[in-house]
Amino acid sequence: MEIFFQNIFNALQWGSFYALIALGYTLVYGVLLLINFAHGDIFMVGAYIAFFVATFLLGSYGVIDPGTFTGPVIVALAIPATMILTSLVGVALERIAYRPLREKGAHRLYVVITALMCGLLLENGNLALLGASRKRFPDLLEKTVFSLGGISVTNLKILVIAAAIGVFLLLHFIVTRTKIGMAMRAISYDKFAIPLMGIPINNVIVFTFILGSGFAGLAGFLFVMSYPVLDPYMGAIIGWKAFIAAVVGGIGDIRGAFLGGFLLAFVEIGVVAVFPSTLRDLLAFSVLLLILWWKPTGMFGMPQTTKI
Amino acid sequence: MQKYSFKALLLAITVGFVLAVHFQLVDQYVTTVAMLMGINIILSTSLNVVNGYMGEFSCGHAGFMCVGAYVSSVLSVLLFTKDRVFGPALLPEEFAVIGVPVVILIGGVAAALAGLIVAVPSFKTRGDYLAIITIAANYIIISCLENMDVIGGPRGFQGMKRVVGAMEDVWDIPWMPVLVLVGTILSVWAIRRFVSSTYGKGISAICQDEVAAEIMSVNTNKMKLVAFMLSSGLAGVAGGLFAHVYGYVNPQSFNILKSTECLVMVYLGGMGSLSGSVLSAIVFTLLIEALRFAIPALNSLAHQLHMVPASYEIGQVWKWVVLPLILILTMQFRPEGFMGKKELSDFFPFLKKFYQRLED
Repeated sequence: MEIFFQNIFNALQWGSFYALIALGYTLVYGVLLLINFAHGDIFMVGAYIAFFVATFLLGSYGVIDPGTFTGPVIVALAIPATMILTSLVGVALERIAYRPLREKGAHRLYVVITALMCGLLLENGNLALLGASRKRFPDLLEKTVFSLGGISVTNLKILVIAAAIGVFLLLHFIVTRTKIGMAMRAISYDKFAIPLMGIPINNVIVFTFILGSGFAGLAGFLFVMSYPVLDPYMGAIIGWKAFIAAVVGGIGDIRGAFLGGFLLAFVEIGVVAVFPSTLRDLLAFSVLLLILWWKPTGMFGMPQTTKI
Repeated sequence: MQKYSFKALLLAITVGFVLAVHFQLVDQYVTTVAMLMGINIILSTSLNVVNGYMGEFSCGHAGFMCVGAYVSSVLSVLLFTKDRVFGPALLPEEFAVIGVPVVILIGGVAAALAGLIVAVPSFKTRGDYLAIITIAANYIIISCLENMDVIGGPRGFQGMKRVVGAMEDVWDIPWMPVLVLVGTILSVWAIRRFVSSTYGKGISAICQDEVAAEIMSVNTNKMKLVAFMLSSGLAGVAGGLFAHVYGYVNPQSFNILKSTECLVMVYLGGMGSLSGSVLSAIVFTLLIEALRFAIPALNSLAHQLHMVPASYEIGQVWKWVVLPLILILTMQFRPEGFMGKKELSDFFPFLKKFYQRLED
């Protein structure tokens, strides 16, 4: 029974990572109908930025005296810094790679290929510049274990899960209740009529990329706090998986991405609990394929209507 | 005379290349690059059937390649050579000469059947949901093979070199270059015949408007089935050739990165342009190989000019930085790929005369 609850918390933690990344996919997709395949690598860049920000604040580069800040203060300072810097990376990608193509009216899939290439560029550029040696993220928070009737949960897990839920609620609020959220939904509805309504389409798209990449940076920060080893390829697999989660949830829908992330994590952890761990990918993806066979547009996706 | 000129040219290139390899006028490296080019041509043209002509976004092409590679290599090792795991050969080794092409074709058929995993959901699903099914299919196929310990699991599978050796014992010609060339020419020919036939135009019709195509009596489900199975079957053939050229396969060499390479070749050449796919496969292969030499040269140049710190070496890892950068820039300047939807004959009208005569 204890193992069962332990696994549930593990699944919730992984689900939070998947959900945070999947939210970025789904936001960009919802607005631009663009699968931003570089998103997993933006997560990786976020993790590296988190590493450099944290070591900077710890005083490794000689600018700040070591011991100026305590661990929790560093976390509180580094999270916003990481999010801002990562969203700059995302916006830079949008400005340099995607927007020129969009303005030339290129086919949607060419933008997708460009995104794939940008992902490879980030991955390998990182590998080339920083070398293949893995970096270790410093321990910032003292590990506190809460135990509730035999179930032990670390404070980090609670932080991760709370962050995912908080981000979800915030995004849901932004998309459904604010003016800019309304503009985002409007762009996904009709990209040609919206500029005529006086909505600055590029600003809204940049805002979308800021949100998506910022939360990828947050996910990167939380991920390296939980699993403190950084390598340049860490974003690739988790990114693909989060994309799959977003699609299973119904891509373009905030609730779908959130639930899809948790669903994928629960399936994965459930498979590992019962079967040998080498079967994890096989069974997890088979389950997701079955879900897509059963509901071809994902859990929350609207069936596309074809007009004649 | 003109009617046969293109075929004669192809034959001359083929025979010339095979003779050059046979008499060792070109070295091993050039031969391998040429074979890799052929395999890449098969991959990019076959993926173009689905991604270009049918307008779907299939991004798990390497998965089908993997099926073809494994099925054909397991069969050829099982049938034609003594192996530690499978025991003695089931057929005399001399049969390999006929057997290996057949086995590679069987690999293609198996890959076409694996293509059903993607084809059947495509009846109901389109666009990005189908993309995810193809990615999942790629992961599932690789994961399946990694869990089969009998054929090596994650360590990979080998022994195909011995089969090729047995073929060369029977008749000493460079078998793999011959097979790759024949496979490349046949598959490009098959795809060309298919997409330009009245029947095959159905897939272009699906790309433009599925509902209208259905009304115009195109059996859309059947066309999708045919297109996916043709595409994945040819990928399987490419996989079989790949396995026999290198003599070693490993599930991870068919992962999503390989699929990405296939996608790049298709979109670089232009969606729905067969000659574009061929051209981009050639350019892509040459680019990878050129970077292999360019990077050490760049490294020594940068060190001479003191542009980088002496402790830092520009290594081969930069290849995968430069390559995406080149591709991103290409996309910015030609956002529809090299050829767009056009064929080579649209750019050089004199080729059209040959092509039209060929159709007669």
